[in-house]
Amino acid sequence: MLATISVRDLRKSYGRLAAVDGISFDVQPGEFFAILGPNGAGKTTTLEIIEGLRQADGGEVTVLGQPPWPRNPALLPRIGVQLQASSFFERLTAREQIRTFASLYGVGTARADEMLDTVGLTEQAQTRAEKLSGGQAQRLSIACALVHDPELVFLDEPTGALDPQARRNLWDLLRQINAGGRTVVLTTHHMDEAETLCDRVAIMDRGQILQSGPPAALVRGLDSPTRISVESGLLDAAQAAALAGQAGGGPGDVTDDGVSLTIATREPAPVLAGLAGHGALAGLRVSGATLEDVFLTLTGREYRA
Amino acid sequence: MNPAGLSALRSLSRAMFLGFVRDRGALIFTIAIPVLFLVLFGSIYKGSSSPRVTVIEVGRVTLLDQAEAAAPGQLGKILTISRAASLAAALSDVRQGNSDAAVQQRGGQLVVHYSIADQTTAGVVQSVFSSIVDQANQAAAGGTAAYQLQTAQVEDRSLKPIQYLAPGLLGWAIASGAAFGSAITLVSWRKDKLLRRLRLAPVGTAAIVLARVGVSVVIALVQLAVFLAIATTPYFGLKLTASWWMAIPVVICGTLAFMAIGLLVGSFAKTQQAATSIANLIILPMAFLGGAFIPLDFAPAWIRDVSYALPLRYLVTGMQDVMARGEGPAAALPAIGILLGLAALLSLVSVRVFRWDDV
Repeated sequence: MLATISVRDLRKSYGRLAAVDGISFDVQPGEFFAILGPNGAGKTTTLEIIEGLRQADGGEVTVLGQPPWPRNPALLPRIGVQLQASSFFERLTAREQIRTFASLYGVGTARADEMLDTVGLTEQAQTRAEKLSGGQAQRLSIACALVHDPELVFLDEPTGALDPQARRNLWDLLRQINAGGRTVVLTTHHMDEAETLCDRVAIMDRGQILQSGPPAALVRGLDSPTRISVESGLLDAAQAAALAGQAGGGPGDVTDDGVSLTIATREPAPVLAGLAGHGALAGLRVSGATLEDVFLTLTGREYRA
Repeated sequence: MNPAGLSALRSLSRAMFLGFVRDRGALIFTIAIPVLFLVLFGSIYKGSSSPRVTVIEVGRVTLLDQAEAAAPGQLGKILTISRAASLAAALSDVRQGNSDAAVQQRGGQLVVHYSIADQTTAGVVQSVFSSIVDQANQAAAGGTAAYQLQTAQVEDRSLKPIQYLAPGLLGWAIASGAAFGSAITLVSWRKDKLLRRLRLAPVGTAAIVLARVGVSVVIALVQLAVFLAIATTPYFGLKLTASWWMAIPVVICGTLAFMAIGLLVGSFAKTQQAATSIANLIILPMAFLGGAFIPLDFAPAWIRDVSYALPLRYLVTGMQDVMARGEGPAAALPAIGILLGLAALLSLVSVRVFRWDDV
């Protein structure tokens, strides 16, 4: 099947800084793809080149089989781009905003109002965009990007400055968008976001893709220990060290901060069985590595948070 | 433009127009303040073009009656005459500036009391009364004057201050409305990334530019209509001359020229505040030097010389010529040509320095 997005050896420099330094990747139809990386990693530049907003210095990009640069009017109706929550016409209400954007694509008002409903803003239809809350503005801006029913959607840091509740609401919406069969590409520096939403992520830093693949595969590939913790005081230090030893570890894998006793191990099964044997399962938590660990391992913990 | 383009143009125009009318600050700036200036200046300078002199007649002054009889109605054009019983009351009036002179006749002697607080009026008072005395003397000598001096102002008699105030202030209002409108739209759309958002939509740059131009032209025509409606009321007494309709193309071309100035400002300015300051720096001096606030007819020669380099001059004088000076429609053509030329030139420069993004 033809890739929705195909990027080959893409390069872009600003002065002497190589913002994008020879990256290649494909995004398949219907995929939920994330480019993950810290600020300044080159995510936004990559996205802008794919969207057709910037010209690459080198490499090849095709979007839906066509080159996005120079500005390709045939491509524009097929892609939807959400930029920022503030990219609205001043002093227009939510409904007026989306209807205006709709008409730019030749889409009628009925469909615009329907989209407003999809993102749950019908009650705020008469509210001016600048009076919307952060989450509402974000949803409106996504609605404006989707109003013409594009095949491919780009979202740049969609949950940037939202509170946890608003983020979760937005995640539901993003899943819906993808479930409808659209290809979604998002940039984010939130690991949990990429991990929860995406089929595949590319981890980017300093203009290069360090690694890409399904989040779970990346985490597994990391081969980092599972952390098993229970309430402090259920086991003494000797018992804990013995459990760690059974699993092939040593006393150094046990930590106790007075609240939780944590055993880090690559063999969780015997440790869990041992804990059960001691009847010490109160407050049990088992956590594997996260995408955050992958990211930190790849980019270097000591240099960047 | 195809039908899709037209619908995009329509909805963009609508969005910009709503954005404008809902912006109280912009409404005050483009409509309310210029109108306030018009009302203020119009009231202050109302009727100041014909120097009328108010005179208090103390007792009976037969010379005035004679002068009136000799040339009926003429005296009333220059003098407003009131009467007072006592000289003391009349003099106090003159001292306070309520009247310009008190006049008294003692037999063959005409005594004129005047104040030199206002030298122009003092001069008029002296010359009017000496000519009255001269004429009376000639009449007494039984001769008719061989020569008579008749004075006539070169301007149309109806050229009251409102005739140049209205086009001047209107020119300033249109110039700042157009320049600020385009500069601020460009800067804030770029800052909010709305420009790139529009670039990602299948609309041409032409539709975006045309929508903004259309809205600005409509705003300028509303300014014109409001100004004319107020200035032509009997209170202000603006008399539109035959080719006043030629002011409409002048207004449109002036709007284009000043939008182009704003576009250039907006291409360089990074923030709205910067755009406002730069635009002010350009427009305000132009308002003083280009004939908007100070009529060029009364301005010092150096201002008149400088004004030729200022686009506002052509907008103001172009409107004045056809609206107030009674010149034919063709009189506005040079101004239209210069304004259009400037608009084209600055737009070309703007295209070269245009940025979609801040970075």
